[in-house]
Amino acid sequence: MTGERILMRNFDRPDSHTLAAYRATGGYAAWAKAQGMEPAAITEEVKASNLRGLGGAGFPTGTKWSFIPKGHTGPVYLVINADEGEPGTFKDRYLLERDPHALLEGMLIAARAIRAATGFVYIRGEYVEPWRRFDAAVREAYDAGYLGKGFDVVVHRGAGAYICGEETGLISSLEGKKGWPKVKPPFPAIKGAFGMPTIVNNVETISHVPHIIDRGGAWFAALGTRTQGGTRMFSVSGRVARPGVYEASVAITLRQLIDDLAGGVTGNGRLKGVVPGGSSAPILRADEIDVTMDVDGLRNAGTMAGSAGVVVMDETVSIPEALLVVARFYAHESCGQCTPCRESTGWIYKMVRRIVEGRGRKEDLDTILDVARRGAGTTICAFYDGAVGPYLSYIEKFRDEFEALIAK
Amino acid sequence: MPRLTINGKEVEVPAGTNLIEAARRVGVEVPHYCYHPGLSIAGQCRLCMVDIEKTPRPTIACNTQAVDGMVVWTETDRVKETRRSVMEFHLINHPLDCPVCDQAGECWLQIYYMKHGLYDPRMTDEKVHKPKAVPLGPHVILDAERCILCSRCVRFCDEITKTGELGIFHRGDHSEIGLFPGRELANPYSANVVDICPVGALTDRDFRFQVRVWYLDATKSICPGCARGCNIEVHTNRRRPHHAEGRRVARLKPRYNADVNRWWICDAGRYGYGAVDDKTRLRAPSRREGEAVADATWEEAIAAVAGTLGRLRPDELGVIASPRMANEDLFALRRVLERRGIRRVGCRVPPREPGDEDDILIRADKNPNARGAALLGLDGDAAAVLAAARARQVKCLWVFDHDLLASGWPEASVEQALRAVETLIFTGPNANATSERAHWVLPSAAWVEREGTYTNFEGRVQRFRQALEPLGQALPAWDLLGRVLVALGAPAAPPRAERWFGELAAAVPAFAGLSYRSIGDAGQAAATGPA
Ligand SMILES: Cc1cc2nc3c(=O)[nH]c(=O)nc-3n(C[C@H](O)[C@H](O)[C@H](O)COP(=O)(O)O)c2cc1C
Ligand code: SF4
Ligand code: SF4
Repeated sequence: MTGERILMRNFDRPDSHTLAAYRATGGYAAWAKAQGMEPAAITEEVKASNLRGLGGAGFPTGTKWSFIPKGHTGPVYLVINADEGEPGTFKDRYLLERDPHALLEGMLIAARAIRAATGFVYIRGEYVEPWRRFDAAVREAYDAGYLGKGFDVVVHRGAGAYICGEETGLISSLEGKKGWPKVKPPFPAIKGAFGMPTIVNNVETISHVPHIIDRGGAWFAALGTRTQGGTRMFSVSGRVARPGVYEASVAITLRQLIDDLAGGVTGNGRLKGVVPGGSSAPILRADEIDVTMDVDGLRNAGTMAGSAGVVVMDETVSIPEALLVVARFYAHESCGQCTPCRESTGWIYKMVRRIVEGRGRKEDLDTILDVARRGAGTTICAFYDGAVGPYLSYIEKFRDEFEALIAK
Repeated sequence: MPRLTINGKEVEVPAGTNLIEAARRVGVEVPHYCYHPGLSIAGQCRLCMVDIEKTPRPTIACNTQAVDGMVVWTETDRVKETRRSVMEFHLINHPLDCPVCDQAGECWLQIYYMKHGLYDPRMTDEKVHKPKAVPLGPHVILDAERCILCSRCVRFCDEITKTGELGIFHRGDHSEIGLFPGRELANPYSANVVDICPVGALTDRDFRFQVRVWYLDATKSICPGCARGCNIEVHTNRRRPHHAEGRRVARLKPRYNADVNRWWICDAGRYGYGAVDDKTRLRAPSRREGEAVADATWEEAIAAVAGTLGRLRPDELGVIASPRMANEDLFALRRVLERRGIRRVGCRVPPREPGDEDDILIRADKNPNARGAALLGLDGDAAAVLAAARARQVKCLWVFDHDLLASGWPEASVEQALRAVETLIFTGPNANATSERAHWVLPSAAWVEREGTYTNFEGRVQRFRQALEPLGQALPAWDLLGRVLVALGAPAAPPRAERWFGELAAAVPAFAGLSYRSIGDAGQAAATGPA
């Protein structure tokens, strides 16, 4: 089920990050091809590929590109989201470190499609080595004349806030402001960075683009499911024999991913639950893992593909303790703009902490569920809904564990 | 212009109108905290949710523009449920210290809890603690625990004054309003943040702990602090005078006027009412002979002043009127001047320091009615009157509400003029170095103690109402001038400011057709130029 490695095809070469190695394996050929294509034709090819955003929301990439207003005459920006803040996710760092030119080539092609003359790459502040590698690649690309001829790349380093991965929070941060998500409408494609139409895409999403142009949208679509094409990189962590990043078709099942690629469950060897798409994705029980890992497959299973950060928990893991970690994270990272998110992430964290510390009350669980449900869907950005995912699913699916702690 | 339906009522609104404003037009109030019509949309408080047909879930009204054919419901069950939740979230970390909070009685947490909250509190954990009683600047003090982080104050300093002193620091429920390092909230409009703060987080250091707001009466007025004529409310404390050491004016608040000051006033105007209740107030007519000053009755004072005006030749009489006087006062004065044929009349006296000015509200001309004086033909050169006094051509000089000795004129030359005249008459609400030199003092009521009109620099005639009784025996200037007029032989004088205004409107073309009724609360333009 692993199939062909596309994004990670060069990862085993020690010099995979260099321009020479990239070119030796066919790099920048897709860019040469794209230069002979009309911008609209590039977008159509990407639409045909069924490529869906791999940063979290799973939005169809070609469709997003087509939202740039047709008559717009001023600048258009391409922004690459390399903030990789979703807990359990560590794929973009490998792309930046080991194949930075794939991202740059994808950016050149995407920029041609949306008529952007400037691309910003917003890199998570903690990613020092990935930034060094990517920055070096940018210099190589300038020296080789790929950049600087109608398209420039600006590398910007974040300062360590999860919310700066949310696309409008990222834009605020890029603009030099506090990383607060913006109210929508207007959406970034209409009015984004510095007030101009802007497309924000994830590192991995854009790294796929050269291959799509090179080998065709139909080829890419055929690699996945009916509604999502291609492969993606799964970050597998937790109680598995071989934690790491695995590239596989989005049609792979969660069970195959855990057992075949990651070497199976460790700990006591018996699976308790899996978070399939980063910390914001609702948890799945051991009997719910025969699902395909594409956006719609996981949505139908009541969870989400998110950033494909797969966190595996065996039976020895305490779900209330796991929720405490998650709840602390969301309370700490809420940007604080929206009243429901600001207030209830802190409140829920205090309640979960009390339960884990043995001071829980009978009514706490229902209060948490009610508070989480009331705030869901009422906020500026998807951060809060991302927090509600674990709050509800951990308690609903493992309520007995919480009740046992409260009863003590 | 989009036509939409709100709670079953159809309304047509200009394109770009948001749903809060559209709802207002049909008398529907959508509760909100962060939205303010004078500031950008923040969309943070999440309280202004409404239901829009064909939309899957409630939407914030502040960031939704009216669209043709839209059907909006503001009181559906799920909207009400969402509001209740948002109210609970707003209050879980709030200290609930209403008994010691100045905002109590005009706090939107109290108001909306009663209207839209009324849930049973469930939060039993320790609340988040934040700094309390932090002075942000000369006028404003912060209680960060009461703050609901609506960001109105931040947006005000970013967008209106563009001074950017305030920010929201930290994240999540530790978010906190504060000053950027090294900054102070000392811009000329700083106290407006107190008005727009919907809760008790930002309070007014001048007003703090003075009196409960429900003991205050509000009167519509005009700020006399400069030629802009910002619309204000005068809040007076008549019911609990002991709560403020007898200070009758408790505070001034801006009053919305789209064409003059919108929602704002400057700090100088806001805190400029101190003279109304201070010890320099002139409470009774008085006369001075040599060093001896003695109170007099109004009858004596009017008789003496009218006697002097009647006895001297018109060119021996000089008058320095004031652009601080209302239109009614100036017109009554004009009648007195006409009756005696007095030609030596001035009005403008240069200030010692040039006034500050900006492109927001503040005008360099610190007088509320210079334009009115000009339209009434009373803006002659006051320097010429003073020169005539120095030259002993003027024997009696009547000065209205100026301190010539503190003006931009050289003190020695003023001194010389005041010494040269036989009779110096002073009229004004407060004593000053000039009034101390006067032989007769005829005290006039302060602007809050009477009604009248000022004409702002743009020629807008605006009414101010009476909030308080005049202090002591002080009279509105139009009243004491009317008495002088009668003493000079006029058959009668109008008994009320409104009647004086009627006569003024009949006599002065620029004011033709204006009346108190037509001026209303929002003011009306005088015909200031060629039509
Ligand atoms: C709280 C929050 C954090 C996010 N963090 C990231 C991130 O670190 N990296 C990322 O690519 N997308 C992140 N996203 C998703 C972005 O908002 C956006 O959907 C994405 O960058 C779009 O790119 P794509 O269409 O290529 O996936 C985050 C979203 C939310 C709500
Ligand atoms: S939902 Fe939370 S993180 Fe997102 S904008 Fe609102 S407060 Fe900030
Ligand atoms: S201090 Fe007042 S105006 Fe400022 S954010 Fe807090 S509640 Fe809003």
